[in-house]
Amino acid sequence: MDLALTEEQQLIVDMVRRFVREEIVPLEADLDPDADELPAEDFDRLVEMVKNMGLYGLDTPPEYGGPEIDLVTRCLIAIECGQHRAGLYAPCYYVFGGARQAQLFEATAEQQDKYLYPMLDGKKKVFFALSEPSGGSDPARAIQTRAVRDGDDWILNGTKLWISGADRADYGLLFARTGGPGRGGVTAFIVETQWEGFNVRRAVHTLRSAKYANEIELTDLRVPHENILGQEGGGFAIANDRLMRQRIPYAAECIGIAVKANEMAVEYSKIRETFGAPLSERQGIQWMLVENEIDIRAMKWLTFDAACKADRGDPFRTESAIAKLQCSELSGKVVDRSMQIHGGLGVAKDLPLERWYREIRIRRIGEGPSEVQKHVIARDIIGSGLR
Amino acid sequence: MAVRLDKSWIPLNDENVAKLAAHLGVYQLANDDGEILYIGMAGARSLFGLKGELKTALEEPPAGVTQFRIEVNMSYRTRRLELLQTYMHDHGELPAANTDIDANSIGRLRPG
Repeated sequence: MDLALTEEQQLIVDMVRRFVREEIVPLEADLDPDADELPAEDFDRLVEMVKNMGLYGLDTPPEYGGPEIDLVTRCLIAIECGQHRAGLYAPCYYVFGGARQAQLFEATAEQQDKYLYPMLDGKKKVFFALSEPSGGSDPARAIQTRAVRDGDDWILNGTKLWISGADRADYGLLFARTGGPGRGGVTAFIVETQWEGFNVRRAVHTLRSAKYANEIELTDLRVPHENILGQEGGGFAIANDRLMRQRIPYAAECIGIAVKANEMAVEYSKIRETFGAPLSERQGIQWMLVENEIDIRAMKWLTFDAACKADRGDPFRTESAIAKLQCSELSGKVVDRSMQIHGGLGVAKDLPLERWYREIRIRRIGEGPSEVQKHVIARDIIGSGLR
Repeated sequence: MAVRLDKSWIPLNDENVAKLAAHLGVYQLANDDGEILYIGMAGARSLFGLKGELKTALEEPPAGVTQFRIEVNMSYRTRRLELLQTYMHDHGELPAANTDIDANSIGRLRPG
C-alpha cells in the first residue's frame, strides 16, 4: 500500500488545513469551550467558502451534488477537519455540510422529493433511531418497538434511547419490529416529529456536554405504509449498511484530535522547564511522545488500509472494524499522554485537551463498541458460525 | 436528575450572591411569585462562574427579578437547553427575559 498522496490530495489537504487554522480556530477564542455551533453569520460565510472550495456536502454522492472524492481523500479531509477544539464531534462546525442519513439516497422517488432533497438543501434536520433501552449493539435481537399494520398505516409503540438530535429534527429514520424475532423482523420507517404520538421525553446528558442524546416515546404513532424505507423486513440490512460504511471516516475523525494533541504536547515539552531543563529532554516525556507518534502512524495505516480496500471494491468489513477499534482506543491514549505532559494546564478548560479527553471516551462505545468490533473481526477470522 | 429545577428560591441580594462559589452551572431568575423570567448558564468563559453571573444579574436585573436558584452542572449548555425546552413545553413561550435565544432553534421536549 502506498501512502504517498496524489498531487490533488495534497492540494486538498493543504487547503483544508489552512481553512481550519485560519478560519475555524480563531473563532473558537470567543466561543464557549463546549460549543458545537457557530453564530449564524459566521456559519453562512464559511459554508460559502467551503462551496467555493468545491468540498460542500462531503458525504453526498456526486449525482446528488456532492464532491467527487474517494474514501481515502474523505479520510484525509476528516483528519484535517478534526484539528480544533470542537473537531471530534463537530468538525469545522458542520460547514462542510454536516452528517447525512445515507439511507435516504435509496428512498423511492416520492420519498426523496419529500425527505431527501430538503435534507440536502439544509432546510430540514433528520435523526436516526435504532437503539433502545434493551440495547443498540445487537439491534436484530434488541429492537422491541412494535409496528402493527392497520389498513394503509402502521401503528408504532415503544421507546428509543441514545438518539441524537430528535428534539430538533423534522423527521427521521426509525426501526421497529414488524415481524418475528431476528433480522428479518425489523423494518425502517420514515417518521415525522410533529406527528401525534411522537414524543421526545427527555435529554440524556453525557460526557459530551456540547450535545445530549434523547429518549423518544412512541405512543400509537400512525405511520403511512408508503413511509417504509426499502422493503418490509429489510430494516436490519439498511441499519447495518450504514454502520459499516461510516466506520472508516468515523475512525479517521479520531485521528485529527490525536494529531493536534500530540503537536501541542511536542511544542509544550520544548518550552516547559522543570528542574533546569525542558520537559523534552526528559526520557519519560520523550517516550510518551514516541508512543504518541507510533499510535498516530498505526491509526493512519489501518484507516487508509480500510479506505483503500473500500475504494477498490474489495471486502472491507474486517478492515473497517479494526480501524474503528484501534482509532477510538489509540486516540484516547494519545490525548491522555498529551494531557499528562501539560500537567495542570492539560485538565483546564483553557486548552481543548479536556474536551477531547471526555469526548474520545464516547468513541469506544458509539457506532459499535470496541467489543462488538472485536466480535466482527473474530467472526471473519474464525468463521461466520461464531455467535 | 429531575427535568425541572425544583429547588427553593433565594432572594437576589448581595449577601446571598456573596455566598455562591464560582462553579459552572445553570440558574433561573424569578419574580416575587416564583414565575421564571430568565434561564441562564455560567459557562467556562464566565469569570467566576455562577457567582459572576448572579452578580451581573444583581447589578442589572431583568424587569421584575427578585429571586434566583442555581444548579451546579458541568453540562451547563445542554442542561440550560433542557430547562428552556421544558419551559416552552409548560408555557408555550420562552421566559420573558430570554430574548437572547431564538425560540425556533431550541427544539421540542415533551417531558412526562
